[in-house]
Amino acid sequence: MIRTRGLTKDFVVSRHETVHAVRGIDLDVEAGELVAVLGPNGAGKTTTMRMLTTLLAPTSGTAHVAGHDVTTAPHRVRAAIGYVGQGNGAASVQQVRDELVLQGRVHGLDRRAAEYRADELLEALDLAPLARRKVDSLSGGQRRRLDVALGLVQAPPLLFLDEPSTGLDPHNRANLWEHVLRLRTRSAESSGPPTTIVLTTHYLDEADTMAERVVVVDHGEVIADDTADALKADLAGDHVALQAAPEHLAVLAQIAERDAGTREVAVDVTADHDGAGDAGPDRLSTGVVSVRSTDGTRAVPGLLRAADAAGVDVLGVQVSRPTLDDVFLALTGRSLRETALDPSSGRTPDLTKEVAR
Amino acid sequence: MSHTTVAGPPRVPVAPATTPSRAGRFWGDTGLVLVRELRPLVRDPFSMLFGLVQPLFFLALFGPLLVSSLGGTDALGGDVWLWFVPSILVMSTLFGTTGTGSNLQMELVSGSHERLLVTPMSRSAMLVGRALKEVVPVVVQALVVVLVMLPFGLRPDPLGVVLTLGQLAVLGVGIGGFSYALALAVRKQEWMFWVVQQTVIFPLMLLSGMLLPLDGGPAWMRTVSYADPLRYVVDAARELFAGDLASPAVLWGWVAALLTAAAGLAVGVRTMERARA
Ligand SMILES: Nc1ncnc2c1ncn2[C@@H]1O[C@H](COP(=O)(O)OP(=O)(O)OP(=O)(O)O)[C@@H](O)[C@H]1O
Ligand SMILES: [Mg+2]
Repeated sequence: MIRTRGLTKDFVVSRHETVHAVRGIDLDVEAGELVAVLGPNGAGKTTTMRMLTTLLAPTSGTAHVAGHDVTTAPHRVRAAIGYVGQGNGAASVQQVRDELVLQGRVHGLDRRAAEYRADELLEALDLAPLARRKVDSLSGGQRRRLDVALGLVQAPPLLFLDEPSTGLDPHNRANLWEHVLRLRTRSAESSGPPTTIVLTTHYLDEADTMAERVVVVDHGEVIADDTADALKADLAGDHVALQAAPEHLAVLAQIAERDAGTREVAVDVTADHDGAGDAGPDRLSTGVVSVRSTDGTRAVPGLLRAADAAGVDVLGVQVSRPTLDDVFLALTGRSLRETALDPSSGRTPDLTKEVAR
Repeated sequence: MSHTTVAGPPRVPVAPATTPSRAGRFWGDTGLVLVRELRPLVRDPFSMLFGLVQPLFFLALFGPLLVSSLGGTDALGGDVWLWFVPSILVMSTLFGTTGTGSNLQMELVSGSHERLLVTPMSRSAMLVGRALKEVVPVVVQALVVVLVMLPFGLRPDPLGVVLTLGQLAVLGVGIGGFSYALALAVRKQEWMFWVVQQTVIFPLMLLSGMLLPLDGGPAWMRTVSYADPLRYVVDAARELFAGDLASPAVLWGWVAALLTAAAGLAVGVRTMERARA
């Protein structure tokens, strides 16, 4: 469905500064896949999407989308895709329903079919009461839902969604994904393969639960590409915390190191693992062995048995699954969460310069 | 990467409801764009009247000044309204249609133009449909000016008025095309749009003999004025209002309006087709 080779985009900002926004991306997406693209602000996600949707000409490299070359047959690509950009797709002076009907007409539906489809989507995305409203009177989240509806009108075989859920409240976020997933299953039932979806998001939990495949982009390059589970297992691993008396920690650490799934062991003598802040005498009497393990839940019984055999009393166990943020941290040494939340580290000149190097 | 590569790009059947010809696509899309652009005007027709504020000030405040400074209406052919109202009609056409690119600018910024760019819609239709829409505000505004002036003693030839409206509409489509081209050309520096618009309209206006008769001006000015298409349209409108429908000036008015329309649409379509973010 998508195939890129060495896809590159440079923006010449001034004579002294060229931004290498996308640097040689090779990406293959099969029909029916649901791919989430993650990366910090300025990573090149939107630029990549804009090249794939024929909005931007690549500086070099090739991209085939829905079977057509984006540079030589852009109109064929456009006929086959739906696109929800990072901006607002509906014009502020227009009415909600009119924009939806127009979108259907542009994609070759006749008036009746376009109106029917528009009403269907208004209903599905909770926009029906707003059908006759002028777009500039909508709230941010309502406008965003309209953007998404506009991208879904022609039920395209391939859908690009650039931060579709940004600005939506939890209810509408859930509603949006439910609708997108329904669209996929329905097209699977009808005949062809399910709708292929490529989306970006800064909500890591969303990527985690929705996407079958996660592509992590940083500084214009793909730095990881796999299922969320595989990425977590490969790059981050589960975190197993074993609590024991300080004198047992060394032995416990040795035991943990012997386990096949173990990748990293750390000993923390003074850890207050229960999180209880009271400085009682107990506090110094326990320590923690932290284990990064490929599969924490499976490792625990073996670890406990071995500890028991060695006469070590394990006082407590905690297994935590990694998040995609841990994956990004493991990949880059930076946290996505910080970059997503801290406005100063987003599109600052610093980052641009760093990218430009 | 855990995903294997297939040999060659996969073929996906694309199934549009109908596959219109290129020309069919163009006219169909032009219609869609035209209707889309007209909707806000139809829903809020009074918005068209705001564009009349400036021209009406010229009419009310500049008109009397004109007569007194020329020492009577002799230089104006005897009837100040038959001379000056046509000027105001061309002026309101000029003001309105040169600014229309700002509507496209808003859509460029918000992302709604981008959304349409990722559809099979014909690029030329996006421009032509928008430019054709200019006919409506141009004609409505001109009609309002004429109606407002009737009680003040304006007595134009009715058929002449109709023909003038036609010429203004054609002219407006062309200027609209240029205005959209400008909006696309300066999309990276939005503020440039109004700078260029203001810089262009005043010479066009003064050289057309719209505000003051050119006969009294220096020779170089009269020479340059022949390059101003508005000059011909203004002259034609005056003849038409006076009822001299067969005057050669009317023919020149049509030539100027049609050439402006052809050039404006051509430049606009080219710019639209080449514009990439
Ligand atoms: N038109 C442009 N001109 C110059 N630089 C640009 C342009 N568009 C994007 N860039 C730069 O290219 C880089 C990638 O931008 P892009 O919009 O693709 O990031 P992104 O991954 O979508 O980020 P975000 O999460 O903030 O949406 C950034 O450094 C940005 O400043
Ligand atoms: Mg982006």
